Amino acid sequence: MTSLRSTIAAAQQAGRAALVGYLPAGYPSVEGSIELVQRMVKAGVDIVEVGLPYSDPVMDGPTIQAAAEVALAAGTRTADVFRVVEASAALAPTVVMTYWNPVERYGIDQFAASLADAGGVGLITPDLIPEEAGEWIEAADRRGLDKIFLVAPSSTRRRLELTSQASSGFIYATAVMGVTGAREQSSSAAPELVRRVKEVTDLPVGVGLGVSTRVQAAEVALFADAVIVGSALVHAIAGEANPTDAMAALGALVEDLALGVRRELE
Amino acid sequence: MPDAAGHFGRFGGRFMPEALIAPLDELEQHWRKAMADDEFVAQFNQLLREYAGLPSMLYEAERLSEAVGARVLLKREDLNHTGAHKIRNVLGQALLTTKMNKRRVIAETGAGQHGVATATACAYFDLDCVVYMGEVDMVRQALNVARMRMLGAEVIPVTSGSRTLKDAINEALRDWVTNVDDTHYMLGTAAGAHPFPAMVRDFTRGIGDEARAQTLELLGHLPAAALACVGGGSNAIGMFAGFIADESVRLYGFEAGGDGYETGRHASTITAGQIGVLHGTRSYLLQDEDGQTLESHSISAGLDYPGVGPEHAWLAETGRATYTSISDAQAMEAMALLARTEGIIPAIESAHALAGVPGVVADLGADVELLVCLSGRGDKDMDTAAKWFGLVDEADLVAEVKMK
Repeated sequence: MTSLRSTIAAAQQAGRAALVGYLPAGYPSVEGSIELVQRMVKAGVDIVEVGLPYSDPVMDGPTIQAAAEVALAAGTRTADVFRVVEASAALAPTVVMTYWNPVERYGIDQFAASLADAGGVGLITPDLIPEEAGEWIEAADRRGLDKIFLVAPSSTRRRLELTSQASSGFIYATAVMGVTGAREQSSSAAPELVRRVKEVTDLPVGVGLGVSTRVQAAEVALFADAVIVGSALVHAIAGEANPTDAMAALGALVEDLALGVRRELE
Repeated sequence: MPDAAGHFGRFGGRFMPEALIAPLDELEQHWRKAMADDEFVAQFNQLLREYAGLPSMLYEAERLSEAVGARVLLKREDLNHTGAHKIRNVLGQALLTTKMNKRRVIAETGAGQHGVATATACAYFDLDCVVYMGEVDMVRQALNVARMRMLGAEVIPVTSGSRTLKDAINEALRDWVTNVDDTHYMLGTAAGAHPFPAMVRDFTRGIGDEARAQTLELLGHLPAAALACVGGGSNAIGMFAGFIADESVRLYGFEAGGDGYETGRHASTITAGQIGVLHGTRSYLLQDEDGQTLESHSISAGLDYPGVGPEHAWLAETGRATYTSISDAQAMEAMALLARTEGIIPAIESAHALAGVPGVVADLGADVELLVCLSGRGDKDMDTAAKWFGLVDEADLVAEVKMK
C-alpha cells in the first residue's frame, strides 16, 4: 500500500477524513514556503500538496493565480519545488500539483526521478487526462509514484472508469464545475460525484475546490475520504502583512480544518 | 485529418481539465454531425454568401507583381464583412452554438478582431456575448472595444498575468469550465484542445477551396505556392487546407518576427520556439527553460501569440509547409508597398505574408504564380502605421488624443 493510501486508511480507521493542504512552492519565497509547509503539517495536515507555480494556471481562481505570480516573480524554478518537497516529505506524505508543460519541459522521466529522490510520493495533474498520460504513467510506475488524476461533475461513467483505472493513491474529485477558490456555499454536486466514483473504484476519493471553513470541511468529511484545501490557506497567508502573522493565521486555519475533518464542530 | 483523439502526428490532442472533456466530446459530436448534415452546410454557405459577402474575390495584383517579379494573386478576405477571414469561423461556430441549444458565447480577443467578429455573429444570432480582453490590449485597441460594445457584447478586462491575449484565453477557459452548461467557447484560432484545431480549419477552409477553384479558372492550372501569415494560424490553415493534397503547390507560412527572432522579442513559435503544451494542445510555443510561457512580441496584435495551431506544427515537421519569420520592419515595408502599388491597405498581419513574397521568388524563381492570403484590411492598423511611418505630426496625434 502506498503511503497516500495508508495515510488515508489510517484516518478512516480513526473515523475521520484525511486533511490535504495545498501551498504553492516559492510563495512568498522558497524558504518562506518551506516554513509555511512545516507549520501546516504541525497544525494537522495529513498530506501535503506542493504547487508548482505556472504562468498559465487555467484551473485556478484569483487567489492561487496571484500567489503563483508572486512565486514566479521571485524567481522560483522547478528545482526549487523539489527542495520544498524534500523539506515537507520529511514530515508528511507529499505530492506535487502541477500543470503539464513544466513536466514535459523538465523531462518526464527526469521529473519523476527528481520527485522520487526528493521523497515525493505522487503527482496531481489538473490538465493531463489519462489518454494523454502514457509516458507519465510509465515514468511514475518505474519510480513507484502515485498518479492522481481529476474527475469532475461532468465526467461520464465511462470516463470515471477510465480515470480510476489510471489513478493510484487517491482520486481527486473537483466538487464544482469551476476553478479553485473559496466558496460560501458547499457544493451540492460533490456527494453525487463521490457516490458515482465509489461505484467504479475502491480508491479513496479526495474532494477539493471551494472548501475554506471548519463547517465545510466537516460537511465534505461526511462523504469523502480526504478533504483538500488550497485557496483558503493561501488567502489566510496573503491577508497578513508580516511572516509571523501569516504563519499564525495559517496554523489557526489548519487547526480549525483539522477539527472539521474530525467532525468536531463545537 | 487528425486521429480520433485530435493528434496531428505528435502534436495536438487534449490537455485540458477533466471537467471540460465531456463538453469537448459533446462539441465534437455536434460538429461532426453538422458537417455531415446537408441542411447545416447549406445554412452555413448561405450565411457566408448573403451575410459575409463570400466567396471573396481573387485579384491579380499587376503593379505589385511587377514590383516583386512574380505574378501575385491576392485572396481578398479583407473585403469580407467585418474586414477579415475571421467571419467564416465565427459564423460556423455561432450556427453550431444554436444547434447545441446554448444561449451564451464567450471569446478571447487580442487586437479585438476576433472579439468584433464574435460580437457580430452573436448579434446576428441573438446570443449573449462576453469577450475577454487583456487590460493592456483594451487600451491599445479602444476602437475595437467600442465596436464590440456597439454590437451588444460585454467586454471584460483581464488583469492577470501579462494582461494580453494568452491571459484572455486563460480567463475565457475559467469562465467556460464554470458555465459550460449553457455556454459555448468560440475560440478564435485553429489552436486549443481537440476538436478546435480541426473545427476552426473546417469553418475557415473556404479560403483555400475558393482560391483553388478561382486560380484554376483564372490560370487554367494551380499556383506554384500559397502564402499566408501565421499567428495561431487560422487564415493559413484555411488557405492550406485547399491545397495540402496538391503536392505541386508549395505552402509557406510567415510568422511574426517582431524585432527579429534572434533578438528574443518575436512571435515566431515554429521558427524559434520549442515543443510544449499550452491552452490544451501540444505544439510549438515560446517558453523558458522551466516551461513557463514567454511573452510574444509583434507590431501585429493578431499574430502576437506565444503558441501556434498543432496542424501547423505537424505541417512544419513533415516538411509539407515551410515557415519563415518576418520582422516588424519587413511587414511594414510590405504594407506600404501594397498601398502604393495597388491602393489596398492590408492588415499588418496580412502584410507579413506579402513580405514573404521575395523569399519565395528566390526559392521558386521569377515568373511563378503566387497565391497570397490577404487575410484582413488595415483600417484597424492606421494608428500603428501613422506612428511607424510618421504620417501625421506628433502635434496632431496629441490633439486627437485630447479630443478623445
